[in-house]
Parts: sequence; C-alpha cells; structure tokens
Amino acid sequence: MKAAVITFPGSNCDRDLAVAFERAGFEVARVWHKDTALPAGVDVVGVPGGFSFGDYLRCGAIAAQSPIAAAIQAHATRGGYVLGICNGFQVLTEMQLLPGALMRNAGLKFICKTVGLKVATTDSAFTSGYAKGQDIAVPVAHHDGNYTIDAEGLKALQGEDRIAFTYRQNPNGAMADIAGVLSANRRVLGMMPHPERVVDLQHGGADGATLFASLMGGMALA
Amino acid sequence: MKARVTVMLKAGVLDVQGEAVRHALGTLGFAGVNGVRQGKVIELDLAETDVAKATATVNAMCDKLLANAVIESYRVEIL
Repeated sequence: MKAAVITFPGSNCDRDLAVAFERAGFEVARVWHKDTALPAGVDVVGVPGGFSFGDYLRCGAIAAQSPIAAAIQAHATRGGYVLGICNGFQVLTEMQLLPGALMRNAGLKFICKTVGLKVATTDSAFTSGYAKGQDIAVPVAHHDGNYTIDAEGLKALQGEDRIAFTYRQNPNGAMADIAGVLSANRRVLGMMPHPERVVDLQHGGADGATLFASLMGGMALA
Repeated sequence: MKARVTVMLKAGVLDVQGEAVRHALGTLGFAGVNGVRQGKVIELDLAETDVAKATATVNAMCDKLLANAVIESYRVEIL
C-alpha cells in the first residue's frame, strides 16, 4: 500500500506522519504542495499538522487552494482515502471534503496536551482495529480545534455514524465533543488529535499505531 | 477601483474572541457593552473599472476564498 504525505510551507508534522505510515508498512512518497499530481498508485493521502501558510486568513484556507489540492480532491472523488490531522483536518474542511469548520478554541488558548478520546465508530478503515467505545490517549496541539457544524449537519453526522472520535473531556468547546469526523463514503477522516505522535511506546504511547495498522489492513481498492 | 470586504461570523455562531473582548472592556470599566462581534476587513485594489463587474468578481472571491460560508458571512462595498 502506498501513502503520500503532503508538505505545505509551515507543515511541521509531515515527517512524523510519514514515519507513522512507514512503521505500519506503507511505502511513503513525500509530495510538495506545488506539485499538481500525486504519485501513481497512491492509496491514501496524508495531510499533516502544522501551520500551513502561517494560518493566514483562516487555518488551512490558503493550503486548500494550493496546486496539490485539486489532485487530493480528485483522489477523494474517485474513492481514495485521505487522512487529515490537525491543520490537515482544517485543510480538508476548507476544501469541503469534510463538513463543518474549526474555530478558535473556546478558552482562546493554544492547547498542547494528551487527551482521552473515545473511539465513536469502528465502521471505517481508520478505526476498525479499535473496539467501539475504546478509550485511547492521543495528544492535541492546536489553537483552532473548536469543531462547529450547523444543526442539520450534526444530525447527519450522528445519524450516519460518521463521528470517528470524541473527547472524554472536551478541551476546546467542540460541538458534541467531536474530535474527528468521516466523509459520507467513510474514506476521508479528519481529526484534531495527533495519532502519528503516539505510534511508539518510547514516545509515551502507541494508541495511534492502531489507526495506521487498521488502514494498512482495511483499505478497499480505490 | 477599491473594494472593501467585511467578513463576520454568522449570527448564531459563538464568537469566543468577541466575548473575550467584551469581558475585557467590562474589566476596564466600560459598562453597558451588551455584545462584541469581531470580524475582519479586507481591502482590495482592483484593475476593474465597472462597478457591476467588480462586485460580481469580489463576491466570487468571497465565495471561493475570503470567507468560509460554513461559519462566516460577508459584505462587499465598492469604494
């Protein structure tokens, strides 16, 4: 299986994400934001955390208009997998690959700590390796993780079992404690916490490794 | 021709920064501030000279980039 990890100016979790994919057995290609095409045969695109384009205008807004964005959009449209983490989640909402938006944290402070998450659905290639309701510990590091969506959109997410992870103790004011959401075809996941930072016990935890292992084993061919 | 775009959070979307500003104003002794909404102003210097065309173009810019329709609304003024 082949993963592509995108780098924007200001991305800072791209290497960690590439390592997490590699440890799970993926062949990883690193892709610059000015590229207009993904390498041939890519199964999953990773959009990493960081502060793409300095968070100018809105977090992720400029990155969502970069040359590689059209290729990511086309990849998702044909049923390819996409994983957006932190700033990557913000980019995917700005690209409208995922619904809702990420606003400034309710407490207005940048939050950098490990939080408890509940695996809210196991019905996705990203989460199939967890148990439903499982408690996992994953770090967050963001200023704008306050997930917001209109009432109708929230109802759709809940009704279609598209909330992937929820916070045990809501750190940022996110609606319905939402930490991560899936697209309608369940192949695009955006999440604020950083699973790529917990793939090695020597780094304080390995709860994130399950996500990458699940994906490695559970992806259908796009 | 210049255009000014004002982007604000939609009514009903909690403006946590505006609330913090309101709180700070109260702390400074400015009583009676019932609400604060914080937005942004973007000024554009355009080559276009036709008002209708400029308005249409700036509206398109807002839809595509300058505002996020999920949480924000915008107003365009041609100056």
